[in-house]
Amino acid sequence: MSERPPYRIQGRTGEWEVVLGLEVHAQVASKAKLFSAAGTGFGAAPNDHVSLVDAGFPGMLPVINRFCVEQAVKTGLGLKAKINHRSIFDRKNYFYPDLPQGYQISQFKDPIVGEGELIVHHDDGTSFTVGIERLHLEQDAGKSIHDMDPNATYVDLNRSGVALMEIVSRPDMRSPDEAAAYVKTLRQLVRYMGTCDGDMEKGNLRADVNVSVRKPGAELGTRCEIKNVNSLRFIQQAIVYEAHRQIEVIEDGGKIVQETRLFDAGKGETRSMRSKEEAHDYRYFPDPDLLPLVLDPVWVKQIQATLPELPEQKLARMQSQYGLSAYDAAVLVGDVARADFFEEAAKGRDAKLVANWVLNDLSGKMGADGLEFEASPVSAADIGALVGLITDGTISGKIAREVFERMWAGEGAPAAIVEKHGLVQVTDTGALEAAIDEIMAANPDKVESAKEKPQAIGWFVGQVMKATGGKANPGAVNQILKAKLGL
Amino acid sequence: MAIDAATVRRVAKLARIAEPEERLEPLARELSAIISFIEQLDEVNTDGVEPMTSAVHVTLPMREDVVADGGDAERVLLNAPKSDQGFFVVPKVVE
Repeated sequence: MSERPPYRIQGRTGEWEVVLGLEVHAQVASKAKLFSAAGTGFGAAPNDHVSLVDAGFPGMLPVINRFCVEQAVKTGLGLKAKINHRSIFDRKNYFYPDLPQGYQISQFKDPIVGEGELIVHHDDGTSFTVGIERLHLEQDAGKSIHDMDPNATYVDLNRSGVALMEIVSRPDMRSPDEAAAYVKTLRQLVRYMGTCDGDMEKGNLRADVNVSVRKPGAELGTRCEIKNVNSLRFIQQAIVYEAHRQIEVIEDGGKIVQETRLFDAGKGETRSMRSKEEAHDYRYFPDPDLLPLVLDPVWVKQIQATLPELPEQKLARMQSQYGLSAYDAAVLVGDVARADFFEEAAKGRDAKLVANWVLNDLSGKMGADGLEFEASPVSAADIGALVGLITDGTISGKIAREVFERMWAGEGAPAAIVEKHGLVQVTDTGALEAAIDEIMAANPDKVESAKEKPQAIGWFVGQVMKATGGKANPGAVNQILKAKLGL
Repeated sequence: MAIDAATVRRVAKLARIAEPEERLEPLARELSAIISFIEQLDEVNTDGVEPMTSAVHVTLPMREDVVADGGDAERVLLNAPKSDQGFFVVPKVVE
């Protein structure tokens, strides 16, 4: 569990606690839609990815996409959740121009995935567990565009019928940070499993946030649901605004009305969606066009067998196998390409040193150039080789930086660079002694002061480094200097 | 179960069906009659019986994840009362 101090908001009547539950909509990474054979690609011309099923034409019948079912099961397994071998599709009825059927096919009473949990990690290595209530499959709606005409709304049905996994958490989060960390961890999980690409900018992963406030330890307060928040930053902003709003209402003697609210990112505030209040009677009933979804246990086992190593497992293995800190392991695991790169580079090398190079020097360069690890200009094998040259004493850490710069510039393998530029560390005692003698002879005053103040030895080390172009082995230089100065 | 005029008004509104006020009472009577006819089924004891979802023993058929439809916005828009630049155009929806 988290050992962080609890998040509290100071009101006029004392401290308040925030209680948060999230409904995350994750778009299944399928080529075709949940119940039709139209495509799901982003950025198509309006109504280009629309079949007559998606447009709600009379007589059209839905046929479920096997791949979408598989991804839901897979995600459920990743959440250590109960897989329901029999689930039902229901119609959720409401009217809106971007919902041509007049209902959304969803799962209400019997979802495909039941209770599970997700262990969430903060960047500082602390963690907490969020209960998962359920995961169900449902259709996305189309898109209404309100700003193309002052008197009309334009409707594009390309998203209509795209498969979504709605993942519902328990109200287990207590701060904006925790909510953001939960979404981040969930996003990482679906990306690892390839069940959703997690692209929040394109709306492929978005969250409805349930917010309520209470005095610490008191009964749960009435919650408001903030719809469709599509970035980690907005999730946090929306929670902070909404919690303060609720506290103010209560402290002014008012009552929180359970309602759906919109987050206005431009103004940084939430506001009531009054227009939809009355329509909140969805009259769910089983869709007569669809039989119950029955999963063959053998198939579920096969899906289980295809699960990749999950972030949680990788995190533990990074620490035990390579002796990395929780923080370093978490940063590596945060990007599967970076973790793979590290493991490739660490083969037969000093893993901690490799981690330092990958996480600091290389990640720094990549970040500055906006590159992903899949496209690293320096290969994992070369980073491994560079670390090898440091650990076998061929070059110093300082020289290694120079070699790395040259590797980044495309000069090739580290050994070749070292040879070409004569960067091999000077450990030849004779050569080092000669250089030291020369410096001592030219600076008798410094020699005297170093004898009295041993820390002044640093000046000599610097001089030797300068004289050897940085190639002197610092350990050897120190040793010789100490002997010569009688320290 | 009897349906009253208020329920008819509410269901009509949810279904976006415009029903004049004077039709609500007659509709309530008609719907009540239909429901009480169906309610005869309640005489059968169905304790512990799974709801039947289909008259035939078939499992839900599935489709492979292959794109084989779409790409014909014109056909999709054919019945639209109004369209523009490939979009359906509907009266302004106020948020």
